[in-house]
Amino acid sequence: MISFQNLTKIYPPNIVALDNVSFDVKEKEFVCIVGRSGAGKTTLLKLLLAIEKPTRGEIFFGDEELFKIDHEDLSKFRRKIGVIFQDYKLLPSKTVYENVAYVMELMGRSDREISREIPQILKIVELEDRSHNFPAQLSGGEQQRAAVARAIAHRPQVILADEPTGNLDPYNTQDLIRLLKKINKLGTTIILATHDKEIIDSLKERVITLERGRLIRDEKEGRFII
Amino acid sequence: MTSLKRIFCFGWKNFSRDPGSSTAAIFILVIVISLITSLYLFENVAQFLILSIQEKVDVSIYFKEEASEEEISKVSQELSKIPEVTETKYVSREEALQHFTRRHKEDPLLMGSLEELGVNPFFASLNIKVLESSQYESVVGFLEKSQFNPLIYKIDYYQKKPIMEKLLSISSQINKFGIIFSIVFGVIAILVAFSQIQLSLQNSKQEIGIMRMVGASNFFIQGPFIIQGIIIGGSAVLIAALFFWGIIYGLNPRIESLVPGLNLLGFFTSHFCIILLIQISVGVGVGVFASSIAIRKYLKV
Repeated sequence: MISFQNLTKIYPPNIVALDNVSFDVKEKEFVCIVGRSGAGKTTLLKLLLAIEKPTRGEIFFGDEELFKIDHEDLSKFRRKIGVIFQDYKLLPSKTVYENVAYVMELMGRSDREISREIPQILKIVELEDRSHNFPAQLSGGEQQRAAVARAIAHRPQVILADEPTGNLDPYNTQDLIRLLKKINKLGTTIILATHDKEIIDSLKERVITLERGRLIRDEKEGRFII
Repeated sequence: MTSLKRIFCFGWKNFSRDPGSSTAAIFILVIVISLITSLYLFENVAQFLILSIQEKVDVSIYFKEEASEEEISKVSQELSKIPEVTETKYVSREEALQHFTRRHKEDPLLMGSLEELGVNPFFASLNIKVLESSQYESVVGFLEKSQFNPLIYKIDYYQKKPIMEKLLSISSQINKFGIIFSIVFGVIAILVAFSQIQLSLQNSKQEIGIMRMVGASNFFIQGPFIIQGIIIGGSAVLIAALFFWGIIYGLNPRIESLVPGLNLLGFFTSHFCIILLIQISVGVGVGVFASSIAIRKYLKV
């Protein structure tokens, strides 16, 4: 489904963030990308979102060569991906309901569909009572759950989660991981970047380990070993 | 259609959910629109004053005693055929004498001198007016070269010429400075409004980045900001138009007593469409243009 081919990213003047990284992600797979801070996890996800361009190498999404998509079509490509960030990145001027509705509106879904589906999505993330609150009125855990709701609302093919538990307490962390597993079971590919050992060890999913920009390990039911 | 409806809705929410920034942007735009409207009104008031002064200027052609009324009437007819000449008025010797007597009847010295002369010392004359004072020279030139020249005793154009030239130079200076002022103040005002809108949009930089990342197209991101610009500009136009109407309505009697014949309220109402068009072009134009330029910067992700 996604193929990372010989990816190298060098930031000026000479900082190597990724060094010749290649691997494939299959459909419906749950892939964890682990590594210390600065190992290249976030750079890899930024490249997949086409926020940045690699110095060398290519990413294929299906048959599409990612960096050959023109600027205007990138928005359509990004709708295939749901993103969860460590700092949530919710739209501050919109309520929880509107944040989730926004991605559905981008997909051109009708108002009726949106108003029917959002309560169900918010129920999954247990935010049905907070739908009319603004992000600033929510706790960290609630904001992260709102970000998950937004990421799944438009039924993307892949969900990218970049350190999604970084700002959460252990209870919220476990809830979020359970939620991601559930979404994956329903058929969505998940790429989770984290440096949380407990999460990785409990997941028993494929683990790709990065170190100083290099892929040093790729295990089917991996553990956190750095 | 649904997308358009959503963009309008987002634009309205952007506007109504940030009353602080919206009010500040409207306030700045009201100042800009007021400044530009004032320049437009000033330009027209200055034109009115120049024209009314120019209207008071005329040139008199004095005829020799032997020139008959028929001959003078022929001159008047010839002059009327010149398109630049707007008015010719015949003043006979008797009328000139009556006019002088009426004007100076309280002055015993002048009246005594006139009595001592025993004859009517005044000449019959034709007072002519042209469209613009710069055209007098060619009309006078025509008369001097014409067959009527032997009938003419004197044309007072050369005495009035320095005053006319002064008036002409004042009016051209006013026009020149009016244009320079309008451009300079207009540009400054637009730049101020531009930076205010850019400043308020800087807060949206992060939001625009998030929208791009979740897959919003440029149209979906830019649209609401443009609608917001239209609402801000439209509100500013409405406030400025009401403000000007109120001020002019209140001050008009005083302006009329200060400058007789200058009906600023009449001018404002009769030119309301053009004034509104200027205000809309400035208000909505600056709002929309500044928003789209500012956002374009953040859309490169």
